Amino acid sequence: MSLHYISEILPSIFSGCGVTLSLFFWTLLGSLPLGILVSLGLNSRFAPLRWILNVYVWLMRGTPLLLQLIFVFYGLPIWGIVFQRYHAAVFAFIFNYAAYFAEIFRGGFQSIDDGQYEAARLLGLSYGQTIRKIVIPQVVKIVIPSIGNEVINLVKDSSLVYVIGLGDLLRAGNVATARDVTLVPLLVVALMYLLMIAICTWGLNRVEKRYAYFK
Amino acid sequence: MLTVRNLNKAFNGRQILDNVSLTVNDGDVLCIVGPSGAGKTTLLRCITGLEAADSGEFKLNDQSFDPQTDGERIFGVVFQDFNLFPNLSVNENITLAPRLVQKLSVAEADQKAGKLEQELGLGQVKDQYPWQLSGGQKQRVAIARALAMKPQILCYDEPTSALDPNLRDEVAKLILKLKQGGTTQLIITHDMEFAQKVADQLLQVEAINDGQD
Repeated sequence: MSLHYISEILPSIFSGCGVTLSLFFWTLLGSLPLGILVSLGLNSRFAPLRWILNVYVWLMRGTPLLLQLIFVFYGLPIWGIVFQRYHAAVFAFIFNYAAYFAEIFRGGFQSIDDGQYEAARLLGLSYGQTIRKIVIPQVVKIVIPSIGNEVINLVKDSSLVYVIGLGDLLRAGNVATARDVTLVPLLVVALMYLLMIAICTWGLNRVEKRYAYFK
Repeated sequence: MLTVRNLNKAFNGRQILDNVSLTVNDGDVLCIVGPSGAGKTTLLRCITGLEAADSGEFKLNDQSFDPQTDGERIFGVVFQDFNLFPNLSVNENITLAPRLVQKLSVAEADQKAGKLEQELGLGQVKDQYPWQLSGGQKQRVAIARALAMKPQILCYDEPTSALDPNLRDEVAKLILKLKQGGTTQLIITHDMEFAQKVADQLLQVEAINDGQD
């Protein structure tokens, strides 16, 4: 495996990496807030809202992400809803990941003891103040490890977008492997994934440490 | 002076409180004593507004009030397991409500909290977090947090049950010290001996036997 060959395939690998990373960031940016909103809805007293959101979570977690991608890009146009490839991928990923995040946050909110709300109420704090200053910091601490798992999954799940013809990192490696009949591109791709996961893990550990001051 | 008349509360058709009446004079310590299951905690929750009473009359200094809406203005509560905010330091636990509710500046709130911390022996631990504290310290933080809002009446739910037995006398001393400072206190306990040590008035409650148990 010559360094010269590697330097020749690197530009296409990097460009695939760019697609993977941008998909990763946009998905997180969209699905985390959406997930928190859905989790509040799942805990709502308004039953019809809970049912609708439960069906949404069931659909998203109950069918393969690959199928959802195909459905959004090839299926929705039948009803006149047409996405560009990249937008279809971001759309499908945000709605899929929001469902998982919603379930994680729902568990986090439910694990806060009623006594915390009661103590806050008797001190005269409003509901909003209680949520912001007391509940959210505790929920965040509780959900970090589970969110971290999903974030790391997302890096690798992004490779599913090959099915709608997007040129992500894995596809870039695949193309080079098929063309040049060598496994070297796939090894380089594996290294890139490992590097991205290492950075994510490092970042997640830092966030976890930031919340380690209380128990 | 707090007066409660004919307080009733039932859960799922089972009467827990049956026409309970009580009076707490300013500066006094009232102990409500009874076995577990007698509805003592429910009584406290109804008086402070955490639970809605089915019926009853509540008066503070001859003025009627509704615990559900006015409870937080009148009462401070030291919960059985304290319910400190784990994500906040001792000092932040005490100053949070004065800052957010009374809109005190950080400096003012810190100064008032500092006084309470001194009085309650919390000066050394004011920057620590609840998980680092002993049971007795947690309880004193809960007391300081409640007192910081200057409640008319300070209530305790089973103040001795979460503590080492040998800390019982310490709690009694602290309650008497607060009484000397003029704090009106209402205490729920199953511990008769403890109650007799601190109470000006005792109210005994029994479990209502309606033939279902």
